[in-house]
Amino acid sequence: MSELMQFLLSGVTVGAVYALVALGFTIIYNASDVVNFAQGEFVMLGGMITFFAHQAGLPLPLAALIAIAVTSLVGIALNKLAIEPARGAPVVSLIIITIGASILIRGVTQLVFDKQIHSYPAFSGDDPIHVLGATILPQSLWVIAGALLVFIALWIFFSKTLMGKAILATSNNRIAAQLVGINTNLVMTFSFALSAAIGALAGVLVTPITLVSYDVGIALALKGFAAAMLGGMGNPKGALFGGLILGLLEALTAGYLSSQYKDATAFIVILAVLFFMPQGLFGKKSTERV
Amino acid sequence: MKMTTSLLATMVALGFATIAQAEIKIGASVSSTGPASFLGDPEAKTLEMMVEEANAKGGINGEQVKLVLYDDGSDPNKARTFATRLIEDDEVVAIIGGSTTGTSQSIAAVAEDNEVPFISLAGAIEIIKPVRPYTFKTPHTDRMACEKIFEDMKAQGITKIGMISGTDGFGASMHAQCKDVIGTYGIEIVADETYGPQDADMTPQLTNIKGKAGLQAVLNPGFGQGPAIVTRNYKQLAITVPLYQSHGVASDGFITLAGKEAAEGVRIPGTALLVADILPDSDPQKPVVTAYKTAFEAKTKTPVGTFGGYAHDAFNILSDSITRAGSAEPKAIRDAIEKTSGLVGTTGIVTMTPEDHLGLDLSAFKMLEIKDGKWTLID
Repeated sequence: MSELMQFLLSGVTVGAVYALVALGFTIIYNASDVVNFAQGEFVMLGGMITFFAHQAGLPLPLAALIAIAVTSLVGIALNKLAIEPARGAPVVSLIIITIGASILIRGVTQLVFDKQIHSYPAFSGDDPIHVLGATILPQSLWVIAGALLVFIALWIFFSKTLMGKAILATSNNRIAAQLVGINTNLVMTFSFALSAAIGALAGVLVTPITLVSYDVGIALALKGFAAAMLGGMGNPKGALFGGLILGLLEALTAGYLSSQYKDATAFIVILAVLFFMPQGLFGKKSTERV
Repeated sequence: MKMTTSLLATMVALGFATIAQAEIKIGASVSSTGPASFLGDPEAKTLEMMVEEANAKGGINGEQVKLVLYDDGSDPNKARTFATRLIEDDEVVAIIGGSTTGTSQSIAAVAEDNEVPFISLAGAIEIIKPVRPYTFKTPHTDRMACEKIFEDMKAQGITKIGMISGTDGFGASMHAQCKDVIGTYGIEIVADETYGPQDADMTPQLTNIKGKAGLQAVLNPGFGQGPAIVTRNYKQLAITVPLYQSHGVASDGFITLAGKEAAEGVRIPGTALLVADILPDSDPQKPVVTAYKTAFEAKTKTPVGTFGGYAHDAFNILSDSITRAGSAEPKAIRDAIEKTSGLVGTTGIVTMTPEDHLGLDLSAFKMLEIKDGKWTLID
């Protein structure tokens, strides 16, 4: 019983990390249909900048705010310098541009900072909390709470606010959105900034658990992307549940089956879901109106 | 016009003359970038520093040393290309490098074909066993690390252990070597788990290990962030049996990453370099490791680690051999390297023979334990 509980808590911890990355994917996808593979680099930047700002003597909360602000600027720069000039290019080309951007960000990070692994203290200490014979670290609760808050905020944002609806409208039909007076360039810039900020927040929260170095973004982006696909691309609810399900699958496989097959099992399940439900668990069927 | 041409010609001729007269060209290909960059980065910095130091002291045999350094990005194919370029275009007399086993094997193949001495900086025993005439290496093997750990376990009466290994090349290779030698120590593996190099949580695997009856210790071969997370999860699950880590985590950074409290009591086989400050004055390695540590930390402002030490030793073996050979011909250097005897390095005291191109024994490892956030010597 306590074993199962430990597997579940481990799964939720890791799942919340994946969910935060997946939530970052949803915004840019909603605005532009582009899967931004530099999302993992936003997470990495959040952790790296916080570490170096903290090491330079700033208090942790201030360092985190700076990291989120700087990363948002990187997101805006990515849109202005790479995505906007390529307007009109097919979505696949735009995705390739984001992969190029992720390689560039990684390269610049290892030059500006370094190639070592870093971490900073957990927000509420390292004393494990006991739950039904299993344990969870306080930092995991921060990550889970962060994922839930971002999810709720995004859900309200997309369904209740004008800007959120403008993003969805831009995604649906750029020209029609322009015709009804939506500044689509502003929408794109805003969604890159927001997505980068969420990525950076994820980095700030998860670094005490996962540690950070210039190259952690690749693995995070891959798992976050898998989580987003599993839940249904572009849907905040899908991102949240996709992440949690992926984390739980990994933990339960490692616990009951074999740690060797942990990653493989998770991807087999995702493939199976996509085979039978191509839109993911929470995605809507897409309909083209002619 | 004519004057410029002749001036240029003179300059070129002079240039060639100086190169031919007084320069020993040493080649290096390390992984300054890529997945093994945390190995290659300190290695590259160490080599640059050592060459500067050697030249400031007047070079080797009165000739200045020139380092031709390439970054193979941890890619064996690139390493092979660079090895060929080093030999054919740069005309180096010897090659140092190969931060990983894969890149080392690529370079070794080229070095053997062209009969140029090569000193590898990678761990796997396959590089020097079976012995190839021109291939040498400085790091002790993962097999030796296993033997050192099992000796310590045996001394404490431990007979049943759990293993949790990284699935990266380092972890997988050491896992295999440990399984290979464990029988001779009468120790049994009761749980055998793995984790991915980028994993964020290892509590499911550790929970399974913890539940095994009669468990007396846990061994974790791996490097990078994995072992630090394993150490934290170990504390989180309140597992009380001793935790052994590999030499892959042998740097002060590990204690910072794992956290002082979680790292308390962790045992690893490490090199003298790591405990330079607390080595007894009688230790022959003390002056060497202290000098390297001081110089490296002053130059790079980063803490010294085992991996940079491998490059330090490789350069010293090479410069010692060129000095003794009195010549910078590849064949002469090779013969001299093989006769290296009692050379004190950061990793250990090196004595090579035609049958042994590593030249280290188990005394090159010191069993260390982390106490109050600091490394301490057990033996």
